Amino acid sequence: MMNQNKQEENGTSLFKVGIKRLKKDKMAVFGLGILILFTLAAIFVPILGQYDPSAQDLLNTYQPPSAKHWLGTDELGRDVFTRLLYGGRVSLSVGLISTGISAGFGVFLGSVAGYFGKAVDGIIMRITDIFMCFPFYVIAITVAAIWGSGIWNIMLISGFLNWTNICRIVRAEVLSLRQREYIEASKALGLSDFETIIKHILPNILAVVIVYSTLGIAKGILSEAGLSYLGLGVTPPQASWGNMLAAAQSLRVLSLYWWLWIPAGTAVFITILSINFLGDGLRDAFDAKVN
Amino acid sequence: MRQYIIKRLLILIPIFLGVSIIIFALIHTAPGDPYAYMVESGLPIEEKEIQLQKIGYYDSLPVKYIKWLGNVLHGNLGYSIRYAEPVTAVLGRRIGNTALLSVTSLAASTLLSVFLGILAAVKKKTFTDHIISVLSLIGISVPTFFLALGLIKIFSIDLNLLPVSGIETTGTNYTGWRRAADIFRHMFLPFLVLTCAQTASMVRYTRSAMLEVLGQDYIRTARAKGLAKRVVIHLHAFRNTLIPITTLVAMSLGHLLSGTVLIETVFVWPGMGNLLYQAVSNRDYPLIVSGTMLLSICILLANLLADILYGIIDPRIRYD
Repeated sequence: MMNQNKQEENGTSLFKVGIKRLKKDKMAVFGLGILILFTLAAIFVPILGQYDPSAQDLLNTYQPPSAKHWLGTDELGRDVFTRLLYGGRVSLSVGLISTGISAGFGVFLGSVAGYFGKAVDGIIMRITDIFMCFPFYVIAITVAAIWGSGIWNIMLISGFLNWTNICRIVRAEVLSLRQREYIEASKALGLSDFETIIKHILPNILAVVIVYSTLGIAKGILSEAGLSYLGLGVTPPQASWGNMLAAAQSLRVLSLYWWLWIPAGTAVFITILSINFLGDGLRDAFDAKVN
Repeated sequence: MRQYIIKRLLILIPIFLGVSIIIFALIHTAPGDPYAYMVESGLPIEEKEIQLQKIGYYDSLPVKYIKWLGNVLHGNLGYSIRYAEPVTAVLGRRIGNTALLSVTSLAASTLLSVFLGILAAVKKKTFTDHIISVLSLIGISVPTFFLALGLIKIFSIDLNLLPVSGIETTGTNYTGWRRAADIFRHMFLPFLVLTCAQTASMVRYTRSAMLEVLGQDYIRTARAKGLAKRVVIHLHAFRNTLIPITTLVAMSLGHLLSGTVLIETVFVWPGMGNLLYQAVSNRDYPLIVSGTMLLSICILLANLLADILYGIIDPRIRYD
């Protein structure tokens, strides 16, 4: 019995310690729960949904919420609740994919800069500085105007403009990792720089990358909402939370038909809040520097 | 210190060039001929030809870039398609309105976030601290334009207390105080939204800055020699917290200037953000490019200011 206990103690990885800490963080667990719920709803809406998101019913436009239409209907008689769930699919995938792009870029450039140092580091950091002084929404609307709007362009724009944060954090981590003995050992064993980065550096920065990517998803979703609100994001008839909010650009909708825009905005708000709760929890649990 | 400033200014040059190359590349991927709008419209063809030659229409790409950059540096930004006048004139009319909105909300959010951040740090792990943390999380999670729409709905439409949009009531010719009051009424909601958003993100930094200072030895010494907690916080800790906060404020200025696109569009506030959004809808490329360039430079300079101020305020920082 004692032996087993001891073994468990020895076997407690940093990951397990982190999970344990995370479980105690009520806000983080709450956030995770909400996110899982939203994700499941987004995945299974084609099976569960009663309505087609683009089915028009011109005899029943602007219906207030009722038992039949939980969140009423819009200007074309489409069911708002169904569109909200389909919109969640779009908004969540924009958040995830754009973060995938920015995390990929950030990790690659950050680890190369931190690992090789000197001139390489200098050049990459100057590029980071260049991207950091771009005003996000201004560049984003310019690019959207030139390349055209649409869901893929939103993902690319948001991904290409948001990698600087992760890049700088990864670089700082790699800079300190580079001095460790096991990196020296891997070099002495004859591993190439590439192998060293992949096998020995990346696993050690994974926690940090996950934490800051989580927070990055929030940024991606916010960018989608903002750009689609401006009419430069996801193009109708495809529903997204951002372009549902764009309905509120009309003063009539804003004043009379709250169910057309408040649910979408609230969905964005709750998603971002949950991501921030979870992200903060993950950071407290896994980022060694915070503790 | 002077050496450091010079060094920083030198680093600024490659960054500025990088920004301009990317923006230049962006114009060249734009549909249509950007050069058609760089010369004054309505000129006879021969004169247009001369002008086109002068600005580099017939040159190779690198030469084109250099000539374009030269024009930019001379403040020669071309002509707006929509407004048919020099871009600088159009931008000049709008930049003041954006500055009015962003500077006031930056000032308000700085005061508010310093107050709340210090309060939260001093009362660490109490109910007050938790409430402030949760409020700031809510503040950074709510999309600013959604908050703006909600406030318009409540205050402008339902309660009919404030105007929905714009900067002045159209059709009135108020002067002096009445005009100021009118602008204030229009400004209130966008100001409120920007202040809330800004405060929410700044509080987290002011709180941790204060916590860090409170953990220092000299604070313990001050307490140990018998000074009251209040005195220590007001005299010793507060002053030292101002160092990181100054940097934060300078850095925020640049982002506030650029982040107003959404808010200005929601409130139809006639500033830079709204102008650029309209320029995008009108495909007014010369205006878009110059505006983007201008805002990037603002952010660049704000970041530089942050670094320099940091060095001036904190005597412990020595750059050699």
